[in-house]
Amino acid sequence: MSILIGWGDRVRGLFANSKGPWGSGDGGGDEPPGDDGNAGPWGEPRRGRKGAINPAGNVSSLDDWLRRSRMRFGGDGGLPGRPSRSLIMWAIIAIACLWLIGTTFHSVSPGQRGVVSRFGRYSYTLGPGVSLTLPSPIDRVTKIDVENIRSVELGAGDSDDLMLTGDQNLLDIAYSVRWNIRTPELYLFQLAEPDDTISEVANSAMRAVISQVSLNDAMGDRRADIETQVTENMQRILDGYRSGIQIQGIAIKQADPPAEVNDAFKEVTAAQQDAQTYINNANAYSLQLRQKAQGEATAFDKVYEQYRLAPEVTRRRMYYETMEQVLSKVDKTIIEAPGVTPYLPLPQVQKSQSQERAQ
Amino acid sequence: MTDSIRRHPLLSGFIVLILLFIVLSSFPIVPETKQAVVVRFGKPVRILNRYEAGRPIGAPGAGISWRVPFAEQVVWIDKRVLDVDMQRQQVLSTDQRRLEVDAFARYRIVDPLLMYIRARSEAQLKEQLRPILGSEVRNELGKVSFAALLTPERQGIMQDVRTSLNRIAGQYGVEIIDVRIKRTDLPDGTPLQSAYDRMRTARQQEARSIRAQGGKQAAIIQAQADADAAQTYAASFGKDADFYDFYRAMQSYRSTFVGDTNKPVAGTTVVLSPQNDYLREFTGRSR
Repeated sequence: MSILIGWGDRVRGLFANSKGPWGSGDGGGDEPPGDDGNAGPWGEPRRGRKGAINPAGNVSSLDDWLRRSRMRFGGDGGLPGRPSRSLIMWAIIAIACLWLIGTTFHSVSPGQRGVVSRFGRYSYTLGPGVSLTLPSPIDRVTKIDVENIRSVELGAGDSDDLMLTGDQNLLDIAYSVRWNIRTPELYLFQLAEPDDTISEVANSAMRAVISQVSLNDAMGDRRADIETQVTENMQRILDGYRSGIQIQGIAIKQADPPAEVNDAFKEVTAAQQDAQTYINNANAYSLQLRQKAQGEATAFDKVYEQYRLAPEVTRRRMYYETMEQVLSKVDKTIIEAPGVTPYLPLPQVQKSQSQERAQ
Repeated sequence: MTDSIRRHPLLSGFIVLILLFIVLSSFPIVPETKQAVVVRFGKPVRILNRYEAGRPIGAPGAGISWRVPFAEQVVWIDKRVLDVDMQRQQVLSTDQRRLEVDAFARYRIVDPLLMYIRARSEAQLKEQLRPILGSEVRNELGKVSFAALLTPERQGIMQDVRTSLNRIAGQYGVEIIDVRIKRTDLPDGTPLQSAYDRMRTARQQEARSIRAQGGKQAAIIQAQADADAAQTYAASFGKDADFYDFYRAMQSYRSTFVGDTNKPVAGTTVVLSPQNDYLREFTGRSR
């Protein structure tokens, strides 16, 4: 009995300390109840937390309770707060009901599944819609989003993260993995760190595939092929773990040579352009030459057709026309007698030429 | 009874609390993700929810269980697939080339009792597995050439690593599910630089060869065009070589002495003899 009294004293001390904050918190502007308390209504909010620990006492009417116990320990033997009892009961029942409803009805949205575990053991999976389960300590429901496709970005912009290709070159690659959950219960219970697992497996699968293709293939047109292979490899590995994860796809966003050798790769591109320029020029020349040849040949053919009809006359006509044009444009000197060396006024000729040019 | 509760609400509440605690702790709830070893005064007596291969999720095992309060303790051990990362380390291949390798292993504790006895806790287990994984990887990769590490063969190598690792891990009650190389890199410094140099020179070589090929194709195209033009000319002009000679001479005179508007020619002085064919008529029709 002395232990009991000692314990009572301790509790008293405890309540005396915490009287102030509790009183102000619960009572609002009200004074602490002076007469024997039906402080029931204020008890309700506290009940949710304290009910299990202190089922007999009405926490909010602490002062009241304190006085009562003090009276009791003082040997006065007062009357316990009888009217508050039924209120407490009702409060307990109400909270229990609320709790029951809250943990029994589960609304699972269309993209989700609810994994029900009964006392920790997997029981079944809820589909979308409203479902009923046993209340909380017995059945627990974990909602998992299965439709939502998640995306992990890997290898982006990390210069340290270079991959070795099959021809022992280095490749700077950035890609993303899209995945969703296929079997929620496996996802929940099989893997310790699903997110880490996915990135590690992706990295491993990507490196395995890249190490079997050449650098040009990886940078060029075999990307789609690589993506498919990595997706398949990842799926196989993850299925091996029974992870319940579905890989939707891999997207290679960037596959470049490392920055250190990028210039050399640009040089290749430049060379390709140069080569194309050469070929284009040659083609232009070729086209021009062919057209010219055809044009000249056709012109000759036309003239020749006419020439054949009257060869001598045509020939003379062409000769005279040409000579006329030629000689009308040039300075002419006609020397009659043989053996006379004419003085050609070359300086004058050249001067007049330079004057013409200047004009 | 009710009377005494009414008289000592504090005491009875306390007793109820203690009873509740004892009852609750006597029935531990084993979740799907855990297995447990029940230890009575330091001696393992039972295993709860032990992993068995191929058993579907939801099979008996997990769920509510029991233990003797105070006397028995429950040691929780993960049932899921766990992973251990190897520290990055250099591997020397048979052809004396260095490679930096990162690997990871996925494992599952299949014998929680053995694991509890040998390693005590999951963290310690991981610490013990890590160096073993490292040395196994180094040993196995050291047996193959550099090129083989980059080929499909490496899956086979990893199988060997897994087998030998499994043999050791079995002593800890652990099953290795998978060992994978996460990355194989050239070490920093000379090997990396020489790889860069090789890539650079290879590209320069490619660039030159592309330019040369372009030049070659251009030359072929031009030559073909020349040949085609020659053929066209020959087919047309070959009909009358004599007339072609005359026709072309006329064209040539015109363009040499007259030019056209785009290309005027420099002034020319022509000295003609009266015997010139063009001036034949100068002398009258005496001849």
